[in-house]
Amino acid sequence: MNERWTRKDLLGLRELSIDEINFILETADAFKQVGAREIKKVPALRGKTLVNFFVEPSTRTRTSFELAAFRLSADVINITASGSSLTKGETLKDTAKNLEALHADILVLRHSSAGAPQFLAERLKSSVINAGDGAHEHPTQGLLDAYTIREKRGKIDNLHVVIIGDILFSRVARSNIFCLTKLGARVTLVGPSTLVPRDFEKLGVTVSHKIDNVLPDADVVNLLRIQHERQRKEYFPGTGEYTRLFGLTKARAKMLKPDCLVMHPGPINRGVEIDSEVADGSRSVILDQVTNGLAVRMAVLYLCGGIAT
Amino acid sequence: MIIRDGRVIDPANGRDEVVDLAIAEGRIAEKSNDAEVIDASGLIVAPGLIDMHVHLREPGFSHKETIASGARAAAAGGFTTIVCMPNTSPAADNPATIAWIKDRAAESACVNVLPTGAISKNIAGEELAPIGSLGDVGVVAITDDGKCIQNHELMRRAVEYARMVGLPVLDHCQDYNLAGNGVVNEGYWSTLLGLPGWPAAGEEAIVARNILLAELCDHHIHCQHVSAAGSVRLIREARSRGVKISGEVCPHHIALTDEAIQNFDTNYKMNPPLRSQKDVDAILEGIADGTLSILASDHAPHAAFEKEVEFDQAPFGIVGLETELGLFIDLLVHKHRKIDIVRLIEMFTVEPAKLLKLDAGTLSLGAKADATLIDPELEWTAKIDNFQSNSRNSPFDGWKLKGRAVRTIVNGKTVWQLA
Repeated sequence: MNERWTRKDLLGLRELSIDEINFILETADAFKQVGAREIKKVPALRGKTLVNFFVEPSTRTRTSFELAAFRLSADVINITASGSSLTKGETLKDTAKNLEALHADILVLRHSSAGAPQFLAERLKSSVINAGDGAHEHPTQGLLDAYTIREKRGKIDNLHVVIIGDILFSRVARSNIFCLTKLGARVTLVGPSTLVPRDFEKLGVTVSHKIDNVLPDADVVNLLRIQHERQRKEYFPGTGEYTRLFGLTKARAKMLKPDCLVMHPGPINRGVEIDSEVADGSRSVILDQVTNGLAVRMAVLYLCGGIAT
Repeated sequence: MIIRDGRVIDPANGRDEVVDLAIAEGRIAEKSNDAEVIDASGLIVAPGLIDMHVHLREPGFSHKETIASGARAAAAGGFTTIVCMPNTSPAADNPATIAWIKDRAAESACVNVLPTGAISKNIAGEELAPIGSLGDVGVVAITDDGKCIQNHELMRRAVEYARMVGLPVLDHCQDYNLAGNGVVNEGYWSTLLGLPGWPAAGEEAIVARNILLAELCDHHIHCQHVSAAGSVRLIREARSRGVKISGEVCPHHIALTDEAIQNFDTNYKMNPPLRSQKDVDAILEGIADGTLSILASDHAPHAAFEKEVEFDQAPFGIVGLETELGLFIDLLVHKHRKIDIVRLIEMFTVEPAKLLKLDAGTLSLGAKADATLIDPELEWTAKIDNFQSNSRNSPFDGWKLKGRAVRTIVNGKTVWQLA
């Protein structure tokens, strides 16, 4: 289709070249314009079947992919873990092979195991799109974050992006790190030492445990949810202390530059990692991220879906 | 049988000479009257090699391996004696299961199969198995391999009790709290890939525990499959003080690092996990200076359908019997030049025989005629499709190696030879 895109799968952002990332973002520009029209649907994937295969629960990402597929005129089915044969003991490979036997063209996979999308991509002719695998990658989230920064600030190169929160268990953080460092941003990770271990410095980023030293110099702050329901108690003493040390409170937000963007992949825990006033404030682009996610996912489905044929 | 013109290396007797070796009535003899002559010119004639860490999966998991198929794999790898681990189903924690394994081996195995017994009932780490009774039916050691007793008090009593019975204790060193749900080494690659990490400290903590208990109980504890630099350091220091502690090395822990996991291939998933280059270097030094005295495979067969799943859900372990000797000769003798072939043979014969008090591992006159003929210079390619094992879960498919066994002799009879 295009010499700038040759992949049938989108598994992660670590393996993408700068040009491939830029090409997705440029393609998303075109689809964003489509979303503003009265007729929002294009026939790009007409006759293709997309399976949203969500082995781990998600509403936001699944809905976004579903809507993106509808806008591209694809037929969509949704399969969740509780409704799949995986709960009856069928292996992931067998379930996926069965979906392929039904001529599914694109498989969008959300899975709790890192590497599950690559596992399927190596075994299927269908396109496999990673919608989040364990703590590994969430490439469309990384792309929509980059898209939003680029849209609001006009560039990514040389910006200082601060990612705050539970980095260790976060696929969003990893996809952001891989994408933004490729595009020339300076990335600082902030959070408790248990959730932001020093090993991350080997990925080409700075680690800090003092949010007040970092905020005044930030061009973008991306807040990650503290996933307290998933975490064992030993990682941090509790959300109260977390908010005290790392929450983007109203008071701390005053330290931010006027044009600093405040981002969050959602769902937000108001009052924990971010105060309500900041989440809803003038710097917040949290809802723009959601809108842009649709355009970015349309671009990814369009590009990968075109290769699979 | 006469094995002619081979380089006979018998470390137990300090022997290394080109000489004919005679076998009569299943024993090493002064001369032989039968007509069979084996030309061993250019080959090493070693005492039958011993692998003291093998999972044969029977009873309970015969779709992965049987005692017969595991024994064939051992023979093809140059091993005349293998020591099998008790984590079968039922667990080998009782005399009846040990008797069953021995019967099964007697009727179906082409090499010597020596069972170990469990330390704790059902390998659950909660109460002692009948260690004395296990000793009576002939286990060569006790171990909860695959699991690790977390309760230091229970482990202390197990070691004390094993001392009375005269059985060495083999331990899979893993602190469950530190290792958590880790599936790969904690470090750069676990960080990059978002896979749960299992830090080296989780092994080192238990190695340190074992050193303290070996001292307290004045009895031998053998640390299985050492993977971490800190473990090597701890064992070195303890041995220098005469503590009854030893360490074992598996080929994958010196052939590979955790960089190999980057494509989520479950044939690189084992427990303990592949670690960093720093750890590999420390293990190589530990082999060179004698800190780590035993080589073994941790042969862990799994069916393809079990391994071909999501990385964190796959079982740990790889098969090793048929690539082990080639990897160790290639890496330790040829590539890294850490030890010579004599010491390598000693680590596969005298060392495990001494630890487990086996009547094996030597070519002394009158000894049981178990021998391995080795071509240390032969270049070959490991191919999983040629394996005798029932399983194929190896990361070494296609590896070009230098050195391997070419004939395996058990009880004076050739049980395998290179085609």
